[in-house]
Amino acid sequence: MSSEDAPSLYAAREPVFPRKVKGPFRQMKWIIMAVTLGIYYITPWLRWDRGPSLPDQAVLIDLAHRRFYFFMIEIWPHEFYFVAGLLIMAGLGLFLFTSALGRVWCGYACPQTVWTDLFIAVERWIEGDRNARVRLWKADWDFRKVRLRIVKYLSWAVIGLATGGAWVFYFADAPTLLRDLVTLQAHPVAYTTMAVLTATTILFGGIAREQVCIYMCPWPRIQAAMMDEDTITIGYREWRGEPRGKRRDANAGDCIDCMACVNVCPVGIDIRDGQQMECITCGLCIDACDDVMAKIGKPRGLVDYFALKDEELERAGQPPKSIWKHIFRPRTVLYTTLWSAVGIALVVALFVRPEIEMRVSPVRNPTFVTMSDGSIRNTYDIRLRNKHGDARPFRMSLTADVPLRIALEGTEELVVEVGPQETFAQRVYVTAKPGTEAAQNHRTDLRFWVEDLDSTDRAFIDTIFNGKEN
Amino acid sequence: MSKKDNNQPVDPDTTGHSWDGIEEFNNPLPKWWLWTFYATIVWGIGYTIAYPAWPLIQEATPGLLKYSTRGEVVEEIAAVEAANEDLNVQLASADLTTLPENAELHRYAVNGGRSLFAANCSQCHGSGAAGFIGYPNLLDDDWLWGGDIDTIAYTINHGIRNDQSPDSHWSEMPAFGEILEPEEIQTVVSYVQSISGQEHDADLAAAGEEIFLDQCSACHLETGMGETSLGAPNLTDAIWLYGGDPEALTETITYSRFGVMPAWGLRLSEAEVNALAAYVHQLGGGQ
Repeated sequence: MSSEDAPSLYAAREPVFPRKVKGPFRQMKWIIMAVTLGIYYITPWLRWDRGPSLPDQAVLIDLAHRRFYFFMIEIWPHEFYFVAGLLIMAGLGLFLFTSALGRVWCGYACPQTVWTDLFIAVERWIEGDRNARVRLWKADWDFRKVRLRIVKYLSWAVIGLATGGAWVFYFADAPTLLRDLVTLQAHPVAYTTMAVLTATTILFGGIAREQVCIYMCPWPRIQAAMMDEDTITIGYREWRGEPRGKRRDANAGDCIDCMACVNVCPVGIDIRDGQQMECITCGLCIDACDDVMAKIGKPRGLVDYFALKDEELERAGQPPKSIWKHIFRPRTVLYTTLWSAVGIALVVALFVRPEIEMRVSPVRNPTFVTMSDGSIRNTYDIRLRNKHGDARPFRMSLTADVPLRIALEGTEELVVEVGPQETFAQRVYVTAKPGTEAAQNHRTDLRFWVEDLDSTDRAFIDTIFNGKEN
Repeated sequence: MSKKDNNQPVDPDTTGHSWDGIEEFNNPLPKWWLWTFYATIVWGIGYTIAYPAWPLIQEATPGLLKYSTRGEVVEEIAAVEAANEDLNVQLASADLTTLPENAELHRYAVNGGRSLFAANCSQCHGSGAAGFIGYPNLLDDDWLWGGDIDTIAYTINHGIRNDQSPDSHWSEMPAFGEILEPEEIQTVVSYVQSISGQEHDADLAAAGEEIFLDQCSACHLETGMGETSLGAPNLTDAIWLYGGDPEALTETITYSRFGVMPAWGLRLSEAEVNALAAYVHQLGGGQ
């Protein structure tokens, strides 16, 4: 072991100055950026009329009242499985896209990529393209450099503020909150959240950039499990490009070593070294190389999307497998099936949600009470949810094969009024006369009914009556 | 500008460490990572100065901010009590019979009563208030001293056979083992079985009726229905505090019983006693 000239275990970041590039993939990235950021920034401002007693914000996470509003859908806390289902779908969707198309999520749709792309675009507008930025980076601090840097960070701060602002608007009525924010009357939590999100947006999107993907994100490590030799990913056709050389050199391959693919890369790698962990498969190197190939009159696709399996075929001079053959394979079909199954289950669950809901929790401490006349009484805590916007009368009753008597705590009647959008708890007593079957049997089946007297909707829950064990 | 690629097998950077020819690649971490690590150390030192941290012989260093989770709980409890002060004042002077008409106050009383019950009463009466042998079930419709809400509040306030509280419920059944012969006690047992609808020896019961009317009816009444003002249980119903079988009845009559309950008015506030009464009253047995 030699330790005299041990290399440093820590390296300073090599800054990346991606050059501007034009092409179909760049175009797609712009469109996806506009759509995703548009959805994010605009959604809280959409309105949706739900009547006088409910908020009119189309998408609202109302933590104070424990409701999630999404257009016509309203999720109560006990229906949180819808959110869990959506998260499972998001996970399976990520598996599907990764196994079919590699890291398209990373390259196009991940918020880290989208904001980094936006921040780099802003930087380019202010400081110029790659060469100008490299010069500026190396230049001594003078008035111009200070001015450009200040303008850049201010622009980033505005974007970060809008990002954090948009986030808090999802949790409160957006127009009211904006007015409160401007007049300094909003809750401190709103300001803190915005400050944190502004800072992290600048830090991750503007300063850390590709380092978030390389050092912080677990996904690049996990994705390898979803990719195989049929996965479409970005590669360099080195059998066509090598040896690199001058265009006029007859022995040289198609690659003229112009470094265009390296210069546009937002993560600072050379795709000609092969697939590597840093690569987010954003396709910008393809655009850059295709541009050069067109200029020198060579066919496009020296750097291209292809699967590892194609490499052998192409080396042997055969045409690659069609893209559909790559995409349709058992693995992707399985992911698609699972994804659709969860989706269909969620939609079905959404439409069969009852308008009245009843929950019955039998009191099991104790399971039964002996009354003075020897009759056996069971107690049930029943919760009724009225999802309507007005108060409704609900009548409770029970059916069973043996005679049982129902009574409600605190009232002689069997009808209770439940307020609009309310959950109502009612204790219910069921009594079996002494010596009857239900009083003596260990268990008796029982069905509680609740009827909305206004709409005549009915719902029932099956439960059990506990008798005295002899 | 191409970045050095450490993933390639050709000519990689190594740390220079070599064990039997096995070399260690050098994949350097970014510098900011190192600085973040140093920052966490600095933060950690600051944290142990600001917050309780270093264990000493008696206790830990309190920290400059004097923070403690117990202190926080005390503050939170004080805040909750301050927030509920209005309701507590209302509850302390509330007319309990009309309490359910004030939905908010009733809900507050029942929920508060549930917590108080769990902390103070469940040790004897059980967490579900179903009682045990010797400790009354509060869910049924049988009450030794009365089951209307005011009487329940009175019982909680002053306790049962409690000499710390002069207004406590008080009655004492004689130990009839000192008065009656064992055979006579057996006849009384049979009679009590007969009036509570249990299987019994009719001859013995007939003999026991006379003794019962003579000795027991003063408190349990001639019908055996009991008297709540004396805390004398109803002997004709299906509910037995100490058991209704011959063995338990014999023991009860021979040695008597002396169930006691603390006077909670000496330990709890008026509002808390009323909350407990409201909770117990709505458990299913309240009259």
